[in-house]
Amino acid sequence: MARLIWLCLKCIMLYSTVQAVFEDQVGKFDWRQQYVGKVRFSHFDSHVQSSKKVLVATENNVFASLNTRTGELFWRHVDKTGPEGNIDALLQHGQDAVLVVGNGRLLRSWEINIGGLNWEIVLDSGSFQSACLVGQQDTVKHVAVLKKTIISLHYLSNGHQKWIENLPESETVDYQAVYSGGNGEVYALGVVPHSHIAIVAYSLEDGEIIKQISVEAPWLSNIQASCSVIDQGVLTCVDSATVSLYMLDLHLQSQMTQIPLQSLGLEVTPGFQPVLVSTQPNPARPPLSEFLLQLGPEHHLLLQLNNGHIVTLRDFKPAMLVSFATTGEKTVAAVMSPKNKTACSINLFSGETGRRLLDTTLIFNLDPNGGKPEKLYVQAFLKKDDSVGYRVIVQTEDHTLTFIQQPGRVMWTREEALSDVVTMEMVDLPLTGTQAELEGEFGKKADGLMSMVLKRLSSQLILLQAWIAHLWKLFYDARKPRSQVKNDVTIENLSRDEFNLQKMMVMVTASGKVRDQSLPSRGVTSVSRGMSCALFGIDSKTGSILWRHYLNNIPSNPAFKLMVQRTTAHFPHPPQCTLLIKDKDTGLATLHVFNPIFGKKSHISPPPLPQPILQSLILPLMDQDYAKVLLLVDDQYKVSAFPSTKNVLQQLQEMASSIFFYLIDSSQGRLSGYRLRTDLSTELIWEVVVPTEVQRIVSVKGKRPNEHVHSQGRVMGDRSVLYKYLNPNLLAVVLESTDLHQERSFVGILLIDGVTGRIIHEAVQRKARGPVHVVHSENWVVYEYWSTKSRRNEFSVIELYEGMELYNSTVFSSLDRPHAPQVLQQSYIFPSSISTMEATLTEKGITSRHLLIGLPSGGILSLPKMFLDPRRPEIVTEQSREENLIPYAPELLIRTEWFINYNQTVSRVRGIYTAPSGLESTCLVVAYGLDIYQTRVYPSKQFDVLKDDYDYMLISSVLLALFFATMISKRLAEVKLLNRAWR
Amino acid sequence: MARPLPFKIAVVSSVLFIVCTNFVCCNNGRKVGDVMDTEFSGFSVPLEHSFEVDDVAKFRVRGALVLKAGREPSVSLTQSQLSEEDRTKLKDVAAVDGLYRVRVPRVFLQADRQTERQMEGYLTAFVRACAMVESHLSDVISLHTDVSGYLIGVSIVTLPGACRGTEVEDEVDLEVFNTTLSIMAPVNAPGPETALFLERMEMESEKKGKNPQEQKSFFAKYWYLILGGAIFLMVTNSAQPPAGGGREQS
Repeated sequence: MARLIWLCLKCIMLYSTVQAVFEDQVGKFDWRQQYVGKVRFSHFDSHVQSSKKVLVATENNVFASLNTRTGELFWRHVDKTGPEGNIDALLQHGQDAVLVVGNGRLLRSWEINIGGLNWEIVLDSGSFQSACLVGQQDTVKHVAVLKKTIISLHYLSNGHQKWIENLPESETVDYQAVYSGGNGEVYALGVVPHSHIAIVAYSLEDGEIIKQISVEAPWLSNIQASCSVIDQGVLTCVDSATVSLYMLDLHLQSQMTQIPLQSLGLEVTPGFQPVLVSTQPNPARPPLSEFLLQLGPEHHLLLQLNNGHIVTLRDFKPAMLVSFATTGEKTVAAVMSPKNKTACSINLFSGETGRRLLDTTLIFNLDPNGGKPEKLYVQAFLKKDDSVGYRVIVQTEDHTLTFIQQPGRVMWTREEALSDVVTMEMVDLPLTGTQAELEGEFGKKADGLMSMVLKRLSSQLILLQAWIAHLWKLFYDARKPRSQVKNDVTIENLSRDEFNLQKMMVMVTASGKVRDQSLPSRGVTSVSRGMSCALFGIDSKTGSILWRHYLNNIPSNPAFKLMVQRTTAHFPHPPQCTLLIKDKDTGLATLHVFNPIFGKKSHISPPPLPQPILQSLILPLMDQDYAKVLLLVDDQYKVSAFPSTKNVLQQLQEMASSIFFYLIDSSQGRLSGYRLRTDLSTELIWEVVVPTEVQRIVSVKGKRPNEHVHSQGRVMGDRSVLYKYLNPNLLAVVLESTDLHQERSFVGILLIDGVTGRIIHEAVQRKARGPVHVVHSENWVVYEYWSTKSRRNEFSVIELYEGMELYNSTVFSSLDRPHAPQVLQQSYIFPSSISTMEATLTEKGITSRHLLIGLPSGGILSLPKMFLDPRRPEIVTEQSREENLIPYAPELLIRTEWFINYNQTVSRVRGIYTAPSGLESTCLVVAYGLDIYQTRVYPSKQFDVLKDDYDYMLISSVLLALFFATMISKRLAEVKLLNRAWR
Repeated sequence: MARPLPFKIAVVSSVLFIVCTNFVCCNNGRKVGDVMDTEFSGFSVPLEHSFEVDDVAKFRVRGALVLKAGREPSVSLTQSQLSEEDRTKLKDVAAVDGLYRVRVPRVFLQADRQTERQMEGYLTAFVRACAMVESHLSDVISLHTDVSGYLIGVSIVTLPGACRGTEVEDEVDLEVFNTTLSIMAPVNAPGPETALFLERMEMESEKKGKNPQEQKSFFAKYWYLILGGAIFLMVTNSAQPPAGGGREQS
């Protein structure tokens, strides 16, 4: 009995794990890369000499610890997106890192070794200004937090508040900085712009105001941007208008002393706002008397305050970046200066004297396709002979972190731009050179028998040569120990595999939101930035970055569209991708044309686009070089083509009457259709107007152009066929009500033919609200919404059928489909909210479809479309059983074995991209968000692949045995026949 | 057959009546431009069409749509015949594969006053002129409204819809519009059917409850098998040691 039960259990287990990944398959077909985003604050863990940790807090609200040896993550904490999780400040002391989060909402302390939370407290409300560690007698026990109206002091050990005080005259004074020099006093520094500085000194013990002074400073508007405390509490400011330094001893004076920069023999680059940087290695002690002054984009100075006089220790010119670092008692300044066009050198200078330290030169090679260096983080350490050694992290404009060791060895790089992927495409890899040579033979024009024969012979020779080279390499490699044989993927040896499972992922990243202006800029990150946009080429098999290209001059509010104009199938023409970058504010667009395999910018110069662009569409038409034609519609409704050769224009003229496009103006609720004329102007042919007072257009989804549908219909239980309505021009338009009251809000779905403007179906989901996620494919539309009535997420599926007979089975034309399709719809409850949704895609469309759903929990759910079928019967009949329809159940369950990323959580998933592979059963999936995850899915299992453990031996031996058996029996039969004949 | 003639007439006329009620076939021969008497709560808007050889839209009145607001909005159409000139023009346009366009003004059905009903702009749609000619002016026009009763779109198709290039010889075929008209409001999409599902579940559990065989527990059902198995196990266990011992002895 026990065995029976055991067997049953086994069966159940086996059945339920069929879709899951086996343990030995983990990481075989999938990979994940974890990112943190653009670094805002960074601290090297310096309390242990041999520490290999660097703490980073990023613009993406991530706090993480990186391994300095490998660049991998030790641990990572992902906070809420948006201003709620914004990391305002990062302070580190010993084993603790203190974070201020969410514009001063929370104060958190983390243990940096394992990344555990020590404590968290909620701060009093008020907008955050500044924070600093406060020490006394060489021990640091407190942290001070300055807000708009209050200042509070907390214990580092448990976060408890020691005292909290209101700031005097906080209505008029804008308090911006807090400073402590370790003498038992905490200074709050405020400014009344263009009037005076207010300085309030609090006692560390009980928060009593010791001193309150105000000093005339009519030139000052922002303390954080132009002031810094140096030496024994001397507030030093720099003013670009009067070109002078102002100094104020916080303990003694009540008047600022002005030191014109000219008197020091210094000059400011015109139009440049000088920047002061000081260093306070130990919060329990005052800052050093040495400080840095930046006078121009490439001009820095190391100055020293010596008995009230300013001494220039060293003039760094040219110097792009300068940064202080301290180890033990020694403070050094690392200076990055340009060496030549492709490299920079970094040198160390003694902080006290300004002398260059010997043997500290480090070379940083600039990537011509990368951005300029932006920030320098230095880790200094004492060598055995007491000299200072160092390593640096260079952060460039494209958000790349490069960790370099002396004398210029790059230990690792992290492409943090990949945490902000906006769009991507997958491109087939090219054939190898030899394969391409053979293929090329067919592509060329035939020119005589003899030359063809010669060509064939030459290509065969090349093949032979390649084969011999391959053999030689095998032989050569065999002699070497296995560990040395590298099998790296590089751009040179990229080639398509047998089943086209390895592809090039072209990713477009855009990061760097315009910083919230309500938050005052804090210190070093005060430089205002626009968008940073980069292109990446990633090998889909291993995830290694094969090329990257940083794009300059990106508008601040861009929209991107990536299009493949020519695939790799047209050797010898290189593949070609086009990125359309459009400024959402002005509508002006630029094109970036590049080769997706190598990332090189194409020599084809894109046309200038002086007019704002309304719409772009890629046509199936090709020019004589096999590049698909891209049509751009400008705001005058004129159409321009790219490429615009004579051949293309001629084809366009011929095709003009069958080229239609649609425009959507969501601000006016207007959907309109246009037809191309032979002179490349357009004419308005249909118009649908949705009143914006009631609803707004949220999204419009067409079908993917590379989608194939294998079966035209569905076989019903009674063997008749229900034909699908497969309109390639169908658009699903999602409307959301402007009224958000839970009783009156609704979500509308319009199915519109994009050519004729005919409204095929119009449905409204009452008491529902967005965000709506839509997938539109084949003959169905699936959408997800929030039901305000039942307070839950719901899925709804619409399927369109032509009926029992097909109107025109050979070709589909929107102009000739007079009958409206049958519409079936059903809804289901989904137990989780979702982040994004996409459908699987395969080569021929034979494989059943799955929906890939990105959940906020980080899981990627593969939900069979079978469960979202409006024909699921409520009452099971013989016919529905025959058809394999699942009986209707209102709830869609999330089964754990449906998660395609098992435990590889994808944080903040924003998009899922699917691409077909050469195998019909296999679909390639890339999920991107903060992390990037690539895998393969097999919606109908691997029906076209033999299993790994397929027994070739058995099959071949059985075959051989049968073969011999037939031979022998044949022989025996012959002998027998002969014998019988003799008888 | 000895059926009376009046009976036949009655059958025919009733069939005709049914057909006519299904399709609002409107051609009462009135001249366009006549004052349309707006019936109670109904109001009329012009239906305009355009077909030009050079494809530059010039809209002219084709008829008048009488819209009736309410819970179930309805629509009817009054339209005139095509003039001789228009007929030849339509054929010309069809020959160059031009478009036959229609448009209606944007209106708000649920408004009370005429001034509130009319809104700026038009809703347009088109068919190929050749389809219009080859179908002998048989078109299907549907008007779509949104949730609150704004007219958002118009669509026109012909029956049959294809352009096969067949010549329309008879001019008479192009005189009268044979229009099927409808007005459509959005369909209410269904929510998850929990009530029915629960009912079904209850029914099933009730069915189970009625059947006493099903209600029994696992052990109650298969006690004899379990007992048999247990006895079998016991017998085999107790039988083995003596057998082994026997072998030892020999």
